[in-house]
Amino acid sequence: MPKLIWREPIETTTIVNRPPGGAEPGLATVPKAREAPEQPAEPRRRVVTLGDIAGRESGGLVVLLVAVGALTLASDEFLTANNLANLARQVAIFGIIAVGELLVILTAGIDLSVGSVLGLTGATTAQLLVAGMPILPSILLGVGIGTALGIVNGLLVTRALLPPFIATLGMLGIARGMVLLSTDAQTIQGVPESFQAIANGTVLGIPNLLIIALAVTAVMWFVLTRTVFGRYIYAVGSNPESARLAGVPVRLVTVSVYMISGMLAGLGGVLLASRLGAGIPTAGTGFELSAIAACVIGGASLFGAKGSAIGAFTGALIMGVLNNGGNLLAINAFYLQIAIGVLILVAVGFDQLNTRRSATSGG
Amino acid sequence: MEPVVELRDVSKAFGPVQALSNVSLRLVPGQVNCLAGENGAGKSTLIRVLTGALRRDSGTYEIDGQPVTTPTPAHMRTAGIQAVYQELSLLPHLSVEENLFMGRLPARKGIIARTRLRSHARKALDEVGLTDISPATIVERLPAATRQLVEIAKVLTADSVKVIVFDEPTTALTEAESERLLQHIRRLRERDIAMLYVTHRLEEMFEIGDWVTVLRDGGLSEEGPISNYDEDRLITAMVGREISSLYPETHRHAGTPALRVRGLRRFENSPAIDLHVGSGEILGIGGLLGSGRSGLLLSIFGASPIVAGEVEVAGKSVKPSGPRTMMSAGVGLLTEDRKVLGLLPQLSIRENVTIASLRAGSRRGLLPGREQVEEADRLLDSLRLRAGSYAQPVSTLSGGNQQKVLLARWLLTKPKVLMFDEPTKGIDVGAKGELYTIIGDLAAKGLGIIVVSSYLPELLGLADRILVLRDGAVAGELPGSATEEDVLHLASGTAGAETPPTREPTVAPGVTPPTQEE
Repeated sequence: MPKLIWREPIETTTIVNRPPGGAEPGLATVPKAREAPEQPAEPRRRVVTLGDIAGRESGGLVVLLVAVGALTLASDEFLTANNLANLARQVAIFGIIAVGELLVILTAGIDLSVGSVLGLTGATTAQLLVAGMPILPSILLGVGIGTALGIVNGLLVTRALLPPFIATLGMLGIARGMVLLSTDAQTIQGVPESFQAIANGTVLGIPNLLIIALAVTAVMWFVLTRTVFGRYIYAVGSNPESARLAGVPVRLVTVSVYMISGMLAGLGGVLLASRLGAGIPTAGTGFELSAIAACVIGGASLFGAKGSAIGAFTGALIMGVLNNGGNLLAINAFYLQIAIGVLILVAVGFDQLNTRRSATSGG
Repeated sequence: MEPVVELRDVSKAFGPVQALSNVSLRLVPGQVNCLAGENGAGKSTLIRVLTGALRRDSGTYEIDGQPVTTPTPAHMRTAGIQAVYQELSLLPHLSVEENLFMGRLPARKGIIARTRLRSHARKALDEVGLTDISPATIVERLPAATRQLVEIAKVLTADSVKVIVFDEPTTALTEAESERLLQHIRRLRERDIAMLYVTHRLEEMFEIGDWVTVLRDGGLSEEGPISNYDEDRLITAMVGREISSLYPETHRHAGTPALRVRGLRRFENSPAIDLHVGSGEILGIGGLLGSGRSGLLLSIFGASPIVAGEVEVAGKSVKPSGPRTMMSAGVGLLTEDRKVLGLLPQLSIRENVTIASLRAGSRRGLLPGREQVEEADRLLDSLRLRAGSYAQPVSTLSGGNQQKVLLARWLLTKPKVLMFDEPTKGIDVGAKGELYTIIGDLAAKGLGIIVVSSYLPELLGLADRILVLRDGAVAGELPGSATEEDVLHLASGTAGAETPPTREPTVAPGVTPPTQEE
């Protein structure tokens, strides 16, 4: 019998991801639990932290709670039903797009076209409605256009092998140009009341828009954490070649995430047209950057494989709350832009710090 | 002789982990000091302390008898401590000359002095024998061995060269290329440069070393002139106990054919390859780097396109159209480059293990239930994976443990055939023995195993039969009892092999054919 080679157990160091500002040190030494595999592993004693429950978006949640708390104290109007409903309407469309963008970011890609696609689908849906098409087909067509453009993005990335940045930058220009052409840069007015009711109505006092956004987030959360497709998205983002050799259909997954991002941008466009009661050709300009910012604030990594749907939605909420609070307190909107910029830097800075800490203690 | 560098009782801790404790190191001009030890024994930490990348917690550090108080990398370079790293530090898109003088390009008022740069670079390249390389060549077009030499040339351009640290310089090189590199090190020895040489290849230490310093678990295990050591004693010093036999027994009986490949051609006009492996059998594939071994495995696995050929798994014909098809047919491949072609670094150990089996265990697209995770955990337990928790990212593991994670990934798919490409590359001696035992056990359980390895003792120790490739064709087959010379003769096409080469050798002996694989 060959002799089995066996080393004394060594202590390993694990890094527990903790919310920024947490007072406890991030280092915990976990002694080797199993010396002999035959013995059942001893239950490990450990402290449950916010990071364990909420994962990487915990930092975002803390920021959100602090912001909400501060605004509640600073402004009497903040915690009123009316303002909250307003806030929800402002944030909802944004959140939907951010969640779509997140899927692409998880594969280490980027979708710069969501803002333009949103503008195109919103205006087109409005045109169709004004032309007399019934509501449901118009909506489906609007969302369908977004989906189709998303597929085109995906094919450009997987078949033409264009870098995602370039492929979707091209689409950004194309979609915006198309909507400006088809509308002649004029606002489309006269959409039916019943269409406007979709985004402006409420169920049991809760704005429809918020319900839709939460539903989208919940579905994406489920897809990412509970389905094989979701796990494949993380695998592709982590290392596409490794994933391919482990039997992951990398191209299909990649095309699918761009398709979903396009589809959600399309949905966002339809909802925006419904909320405003008009198709505005310049709607959604700059949304792509805000969506990316929301993902990053919510803990997503632009290098892929890190981030969650709840995080992305939280990120969108934080930006919405800051804007809303700024309005209530009559703070100059330009300061708010600076604040959000700083927030992005702080969020990513903390993430880098964490990564570096685990890297140095691992060596 | 007086040491040029002396470290005494150096300690370094990372948080609660003591990476080095009371280690001493003496580097003497004109001597090659080999630093030996398993992964995690503290070799890298010691090197980083030496080069100033890390600050020691305690102990003394003297250069030419002068104490070094606050070492920084720049400071140590000026003091004459140079290093050649295993991960090449050259900038791939820039030219050789720019790389040689990066950071101190000859310039006048910010404009690069091209002619001066060219002539300096020429001189530096000639010094390491790269007389046929133009200084204007872009680095990424050079083969790995040449890049390694350029790296040495770069180190030698420093104003003061007292000590050169070589950190696994031959990992990416073939035998012939390594030999060339060792020649250069011998020449540097004649120039009275002190060298610290780190390698996993024990035979290299005996070839080049004058002195050996063995680390174990962060402490100094022993040191002495290399002539006092043989391979067994060195391994004992590294792992702290005797290893009777690294390789599993080879009394195996090949059962029914597990994998049969007929007339496989990877390109138009490339030679057709036939091979077969029975269940319970280990087939070794040898050959020089670039002989098409890795490519052959990738083709059988469907990851690399083929022009013609038939593949049969357990008697059933399969078309190798993609990794998914071959996976479902019962074939697994552990790739050579774990980082690039195997691991999903951000994902957890468990997620890495289950990724290939998700579809098989899934219902309606949902992730498989608890049972699959438990099965994965059991597999990892049985492979004796050492990790704090199976939920931690796989990137936190050492090389040997990462290899076990990938092995568990494929075992979970319940394969009939497992292919290993360089299974122990970058893995320390202790973990190597464990992996060999596991591979032997898998064959004993009836899997057909294919092992590609450049490390001949490993190939001969593991395999029941050895297929030798040369220039993408099968050069011959040898029994497991063959010698290293037999394999080398077949692989390089030189005379003296028992099986006559099937065709005229197209490559001169000792010269590496153009690289076709990464």
